[in-house]
Amino acid sequence: LSRIGDELYLEPTVTGLSLRAVNSSRSAFASFLFAPLFFQLYEPGGPAPGTERFRCKVHMKSFLGVFRSLPSLEKSVGKCLILLKPRASRLVLQLHCKYGVTKTHNLAFQECEELQAVFDTQRCSSRLCAPARVLAEAVVHFPLTLAEVTLGTGPGGKISLRNYVEDEADPSKTMVTELWLAEDEFQSVAVSPGSCITFCLKEFRGLLTFAEASNLPLTIHFDEPGRPVIFTLDDTVLEVHLVLATLSDLESNSQPPLTNGVSHLPAPSDDFADDLESYMVALETSTCEGGPPSPTFPLRTPQPAQHDPEEEENEEDEEGAVPGTPPHKKFHSLFFGSVLTPGGPGLAPTQQVLAEDSDGEC
Amino acid sequence: MRFRAKIVDLACLNHFSRVIHTIAKLAKTCTLRLTVCKVYFILSDKVANGGASMWCELYQGNFFDEFQMEGVAAEHNEIYLELVPENLSRALKTAQSAKAVKIKLTNKHCPCLRVAVELPSLPSSSRIVTHDIPVGVIPRRIWNDFREPSVPNFDVSIYLPVLKTMKSVVERMKNLSNFIVIEANLSGEMNLKIETDLVSVTTHFKDLKNPPWASEDGCQSSAQGRDLENMAEARIDIKKLQQLLAGQQVNPTKALCNIVSKRIVHFILLHEDVSLQYFIPALA
Repeated sequence: LSRIGDELYLEPTVTGLSLRAVNSSRSAFASFLFAPLFFQLYEPGGPAPGTERFRCKVHMKSFLGVFRSLPSLEKSVGKCLILLKPRASRLVLQLHCKYGVTKTHNLAFQECEELQAVFDTQRCSSRLCAPARVLAEAVVHFPLTLAEVTLGTGPGGKISLRNYVEDEADPSKTMVTELWLAEDEFQSVAVSPGSCITFCLKEFRGLLTFAEASNLPLTIHFDEPGRPVIFTLDDTVLEVHLVLATLSDLESNSQPPLTNGVSHLPAPSDDFADDLESYMVALETSTCEGGPPSPTFPLRTPQPAQHDPEEEENEEDEEGAVPGTPPHKKFHSLFFGSVLTPGGPGLAPTQQVLAEDSDGEC
Repeated sequence: MRFRAKIVDLACLNHFSRVIHTIAKLAKTCTLRLTVCKVYFILSDKVANGGASMWCELYQGNFFDEFQMEGVAAEHNEIYLELVPENLSRALKTAQSAKAVKIKLTNKHCPCLRVAVELPSLPSSSRIVTHDIPVGVIPRRIWNDFREPSVPNFDVSIYLPVLKTMKSVVERMKNLSNFIVIEANLSGEMNLKIETDLVSVTTHFKDLKNPPWASEDGCQSSAQGRDLENMAEARIDIKKLQQLLAGQQVNPTKALCNIVSKRIVHFILLHEDVSLQYFIPALA
């Protein structure tokens, strides 16, 4: 939660203790709900009749400071008591340690409004569930400084993760990394083909670390670009939600495809060589002082059959035939056979759903 | 113009990754030259690099299981690319346990080196991570800018001390000064000196050997005629030296430097199948 916001919101309810956080730009929200069973003793203390449920927020740093060193805590602390003293405006964290030592921390809290992001996992058209380890291993290929990542569905039911390149960035200078995960790496896949979303990696990494540590599978609910993506972890005593805003379609649509004087075909594998040939010609001749292109540079006509067997590697090239272009544009052209007109706001209306969401649509 | 290569052997992959890692430490951008037998990483001595230049060559056969290249033309069967080695280093960093790594020159929207890493995951399938590293194709008319630098007419040539020791000395000196003086003589002695207003520190290395250079007719006679105790020295940017030493992850088979007094220091680091030359110009 500290990866998301600076303040920790607490709300004791009948269903459990809810801890939440939101980031300053309101684009990331997370909540952890600990069921009463999680605790040795749980007394939410009902609200006085006529008043709202009690909720408050404390400084994240103060709260974290109490639990600073996990290894030493595990060794020395027997019990931890969390007590809310509304009248004194204090949240009391009492650590009962070995040898009769009791550490009591009094944290000042502020009463606050309810913090609840509006989301509904039922309304999401796509859902993926995977062990946290798989996702953590996938994410490791991206640099720690990467801001946003694009998750997409591709041919053959594969799921892709790609670093998101901003429109302003120079595509000829930016490295693009893409990872493909096979469907069988996931515990369940129920996605609309051709869908993809772009979200912030930092908060996601935070949740992944938690999920890996607690060995819980992670479920990703998503919909159209622009609608939030919801990550959930479910356990008998814990329910976790992380809601992140996603980039909306319009933004990624506005990136014009690059042209550099080379024919812009969706290159089948054996045309790669030709592209470079013509590129070289363009390079050599366009910058020539004047006069004919260098006589020692023969212009070879494209003869794909002659070039060495690229055929055997067809399937690999096909898979790789995705990156570079604005993501959804390419996905659409794969599945609907047409290229989206730039500026079009939404996805094509007819999306096949490969598998019904088992929860059923409302 | 085509290039594709594949590494399957894990040891070769790690070896190659280490080379790339070293190059990435030395140059932000460099030239990759591909020929039928060798792969070169070249940094030419432009002002932008602070005058330092680098020449690294390796035998492709010792690293790649498959290597196919076709240059720009039959008579010029070579490819020159400009790339950011850090990108390549990053792509290889998470490929430690890969089943195979394929590198291919492609041109989707702009020329790229596509590095495809096949990682083992489930017994049935494998994960593929592709990194598209943008490269610049260097036209043939400026290939001449990237010729192998010749060994300078040095005053002293000496083997370097254990690199780890040298590295820790230089790293500490870096905190005190921006420049370092390397001096050495033909009796196997080398000193690393820094001098500031407040402090001067000298580290002495002794019993280093001096490599025997075959004397070409009179070329090195000046060195032979020298007094063996005479020190040749050069004052260089300490950061460059530190970068060179920090980038070495494995001890080279041979490490030596040639000093042209007050001009340039030429470092040569030789491994079994990779050679790295680094030139640091002397400053006033």
